[in-house]
Amino acid sequence: MSARLAQKIAFTILLLATLLVVLPVIFILGIIVAKGASAISWEFLFSMPRDGMTAGGIFPAVLGTLYLVLGAVLFAVPLGVLAAVYLVEYSSDNWFSRLVKLAIVNLAGVPSVVYGLFGLGIFVTFFRFGASILSGSLTLGIMILPVIITSAREALESVPRHFRTVSLSLGASRWQTIRHSVLPHALPGILTGMILGLGRAAGETAPILFTVAAFYLPRLPQSVFDQTMALPYHLYVISTQVPGIAENVRYGTALVLLTLVLLLNLAAIVLRSRFRRKKKW
Amino acid sequence: MTPNRLRKLKEWFIEKAILLSGVFSVVFVLLIFLFLLREGFSLFRGESVGDFLFGKSWYPISDPPRFGILPLIMGSLLVTLGAAAISVPIGIAAALFIAEIAPRRLKEGLKAGIELLAAIPSVVIGFIGMITLGPWIKNLFHIPTGLTALTGSVTLAFMAMPTIVSIAEDAITAVPRQYREAAVAMGATKWQTTWRIVARAARPGMVAAVMLGIGRVIGETMAVMMVTGNAAMIPSSILQPVRTLTATIAAEMGESVQGGAHYAALFAIGIVLFIITFLINGVADIYLHRSRR
Repeated sequence: MSARLAQKIAFTILLLATLLVVLPVIFILGIIVAKGASAISWEFLFSMPRDGMTAGGIFPAVLGTLYLVLGAVLFAVPLGVLAAVYLVEYSSDNWFSRLVKLAIVNLAGVPSVVYGLFGLGIFVTFFRFGASILSGSLTLGIMILPVIITSAREALESVPRHFRTVSLSLGASRWQTIRHSVLPHALPGILTGMILGLGRAAGETAPILFTVAAFYLPRLPQSVFDQTMALPYHLYVISTQVPGIAENVRYGTALVLLTLVLLLNLAAIVLRSRFRRKKKW
Repeated sequence: MTPNRLRKLKEWFIEKAILLSGVFSVVFVLLIFLFLLREGFSLFRGESVGDFLFGKSWYPISDPPRFGILPLIMGSLLVTLGAAAISVPIGIAAALFIAEIAPRRLKEGLKAGIELLAAIPSVVIGFIGMITLGPWIKNLFHIPTGLTALTGSVTLAFMAMPTIVSIAEDAITAVPRQYREAAVAMGATKWQTTWRIVARAARPGMVAAVMLGIGRVIGETMAVMMVTGNAAMIPSSILQPVRTLTATIAAEMGESVQGGAHYAALFAIGIVLFIITFLINGVADIYLHRSRR
């Protein structure tokens, strides 16, 4: 009987541990919604900040973040998908493909602030793009590259071998096979990676600190060489650097950022599970 | 040119682009290291590597400036060890629950929840840690400030857990069915099977999970900067404010002069971080491969 009792105790402990991992999500969401919802209004979302950010809205930060993540994805998706095509469709298991995989693992592990340093060194200084949307987007783009490559790889690998052999046996070239028989079936998986990349880029602060983010810039950027405010940096600024900002404005900003990032991730989770269920092979 | 030749030419270009894209990942890693060196190396003209790594004082703007990063290393180490002490047991336990015990529907829900926890931006977690956990720790221990190494450890533990749980869960799920069947056939209870057979077989994957979780904690910047109080001193207790390697870069880059010694020193810290995470990820990758075999 004691083995049964031990099992009961052990399972209870495991359950408690699991709750400890998951409950903070609910706690964080709950507290941010409860205290931030009152700040959300049309004016808050779509007007300029005024009086040193103590009044007005967060529109330039919202728009800046949208520009940055779009730029990052425009750069990272083509590059990442082609890299995945290389790894899955072209490379054999040799030293070079192992090197590429190792590089991807390490890109995924580089701390976000080191990406910031890199962006400052190469885009801002060396290429003289200055602190600009271009520099920030490229930095974020390289940072999300591993996410895009990994998802695209998984999606390509899930397409059955015989799709390729059939196409090749009909006389299609290697690229025609990939283009028409492989990529279309991998598209939902590639899209999932793209959305995850968007979400990651939207929430990161450290990579944009020195490459683009403006402390307080109450006008909209005119070109890719302009600086811009961005949501995550704005939240950092109003919660640590500027005293006297109403509590609900801080929570409201956190709520907008969190909603944006979580909606993107939720979309990716739903898309992926539907894709897995719908597979015909 | 015949359409066929044109097509062949087009395909030649596309295939070269594909190969080039594969090469780019390697190029980016090299470029990151190269540019960190390019901007950071000038520090070591006036400063020995030993003084930099083991110097006990970080006074970057005093005259003469002192660039010893030992206090920052100790800060990062303390916060990371604290976070690991909290997140490793909880994370592994949660992974065992999700992989072995939870029914299928609950399992899907829990995995989605953990994925969402991983997705919360670090600046949001830092914000919540700063205004809820900070005051709580201050009152609990009767200390002058709630922004301490402990606050950082607890906050970062939650950021490490999604990594630990999801990778450990993969490793546990990958343990062959026959192991479990054999154990149950011998009369073991479900718990005995889980703990003595499955968990042991999944150990290499769990080691990788823990290492990648720690890698995430060491590299974490915004949350840690917001909750640890940012005092660049060698800490004598976990209830003191500390400053980590990452937070130092983020907090001081704005006030450093480009090309100056302080600027170079911050890039040199970047080199240290790059090497640490490179090693951690490399070793974790070896364990991951071992667990897949």
